[in-house]
Amino acid sequence: MMDIDELKKICREIRKDIINMTADAASGHPGGSLSAVELMAGLFYTQMKVDPENPDMEDRDRFVLSKGHAAPCYYAVLGEMGFFDKAEFKNFRQLHSILQGHPDAKKVPGIDASTGSLGQGISIAVGMALGAKAQKKDIKVYALLGDGELQEGQVWEACMAAANYHLDNLTIIIDNNGLQIDGTNDQVMSLGDLSSKFKAFGFQVLELPDGNNLEEVLAAYSISTMEGKPKCILAHTVKGKGISFMENQVGWHGKAPNEEERQQALKELEA
Amino acid sequence: MSELKAIRVAYGEALASLGEENEKVVVLDADLAHATMTATFGSKFPERFFNAGIAEANMVDMSAGLSTMGYIPFCSTFAVFGAGRAYEQVRNGVAYPNFNVKLGMTHSGITLGEDGGSHQAIEDMALMRVIPGMTVVVPCDANETHRAVKAVADMKGPAYLRLARLPSPVFEEDMPFEIGKANVLKEGKEAVVFACGIMVATALECAKRLESEGISITVVNMHTIKPIDQNCILKYASGCNHVITVEEHSTIGGLGDAVGEVLLNNKCNVSFKKIGVEDRFGQSGKPEDLLEEYGLSEKQVYNQIKGVLNR
Ligand SMILES: Cc1ncc(C[n+]2csc(CCOP(=O)(O)OP(=O)(O)O)c2C)c(N)n1
Ligand SMILES: [Mg+2]
Repeated sequence: MMDIDELKKICREIRKDIINMTADAASGHPGGSLSAVELMAGLFYTQMKVDPENPDMEDRDRFVLSKGHAAPCYYAVLGEMGFFDKAEFKNFRQLHSILQGHPDAKKVPGIDASTGSLGQGISIAVGMALGAKAQKKDIKVYALLGDGELQEGQVWEACMAAANYHLDNLTIIIDNNGLQIDGTNDQVMSLGDLSSKFKAFGFQVLELPDGNNLEEVLAAYSISTMEGKPKCILAHTVKGKGISFMENQVGWHGKAPNEEERQQALKELEA
Repeated sequence: MSELKAIRVAYGEALASLGEENEKVVVLDADLAHATMTATFGSKFPERFFNAGIAEANMVDMSAGLSTMGYIPFCSTFAVFGAGRAYEQVRNGVAYPNFNVKLGMTHSGITLGEDGGSHQAIEDMALMRVIPGMTVVVPCDANETHRAVKAVADMKGPAYLRLARLPSPVFEEDMPFEIGKANVLKEGKEAVVFACGIMVATALECAKRLESEGISITVVNMHTIKPIDQNCILKYASGCNHVITVEEHSTIGGLGDAVGEVLLNNKCNVSFKKIGVEDRFGQSGKPEDLLEEYGLSEKQVYNQIKGVLNR
């Protein structure tokens, strides 16, 4: 298992990559990328059976970024792990780039589903988990969702199916940062008691008070699944985490830092 | 044509002024109010603005329900979600009962830009056009957007408005606007170009360039895709040898096919060329780079028209 201090350093690099990618492209989604860093890095570096040298390895674990707009975080993780050359970061969102605004499975080594339309990724993950079970294969499937994304009815259709088919090889992770685009979740469309909702839908629920705390995240990942139940990690996070002027600011959902803001952000990450 | 203004910005303003004239107008959005610009209405009439959250299917059928209570709902999100994800809600919830719901869908076409192919609706006109009773309107600029919003509010029944994201040229003239009646912007002899949306300005620029080379063509602003202005198509097609369509949409099922059907059904013996996105998905990029890549920049449209004219 990887040393936790080492992984914390990697998380810092990932945050820098996110800032640089969105600043270079002058577009993209820094807020929801930054909130997901520990959740995604913790998963890829300590849990998942994947091989950057052999991205199509048979029986690899699967990950679906259901909140596809957090692509910068996903690309940063895959790039840092060596799935592709980090020089690609510069081409994020440019014409002909493999690094599209939202993940494109046709183009990026290590990406198994094309997402960006919210609510669909979780269903794709359910299909993967179902397929793995049907083939009696030891393949774990993970999906990362936004909290605003949970407003899509399709998410709950997928949850129902996950419980119905006893997909204990499926873990869904909720990046519960409290914000979406038009405001807080509560200002736009209240989500109610999420923990109870997921329990009622048949999930084993693990609630993380701080989903940006790597120790907490790794502990949650290491808890074994209850037989016959899909698992839900409900992680309370901070949108824009790590950059003082982006934290908890709804305006940084889909706005790239300008040059001055980039420098300020990078300085904070060095400190 | 010097001033630039985004059609979606005009949409927000048009809704706000419509809201003043008619208290039955309500607006719904799906967590994109500051992108579709319905927030302009929302901040003025908060009690008549409903955010459905990220739940497009629910939003469309909520609009259907509101229309049965005497309201005129305008519901908005990106075209890919409004026409795509909520398609069956539009078909069965709204159009089948012929409810009075207006779908104002923004960020259409490839000029949505950097978000990429997952978000670029290149098939929405086709999807909407095949629904019985659906009116499909594609305003060409900010001014026309104001008139289009008013016109679809004044008619009964479902209507789809296709609204672009980027700042685009605003035409100087105050053109008349009647649903189903095309506007002829320039008359010429050698070809007729039918364009819609932001490609109207492009077609006009091409026509000006050709004019300076002694080639005159007709340019028609086909703001209504359905019902299509058959009389206008037949009149101008019979007066020249070449019919060309230009749209920021797939060449399958959109303006080009709507015009082509009229030509075929009426045995018009003309050459016919559809300019648009050739049966492939969009991708990330700067809007101007994408227009070039997909053959829709001014230069490329000009070259394609010249190719048709064989000059
Ligand atoms: C089906 C669909 N509707 C709308 C959008 C536009 N959109 C992109 S991100 C977003 C807000 C997402 O909020 P949340 O899920 O909370 O993500 P996070 O806060 O983690 O960034 C919206 C509405 C989309 N991508 N897909
Ligand atoms: Mg959120």
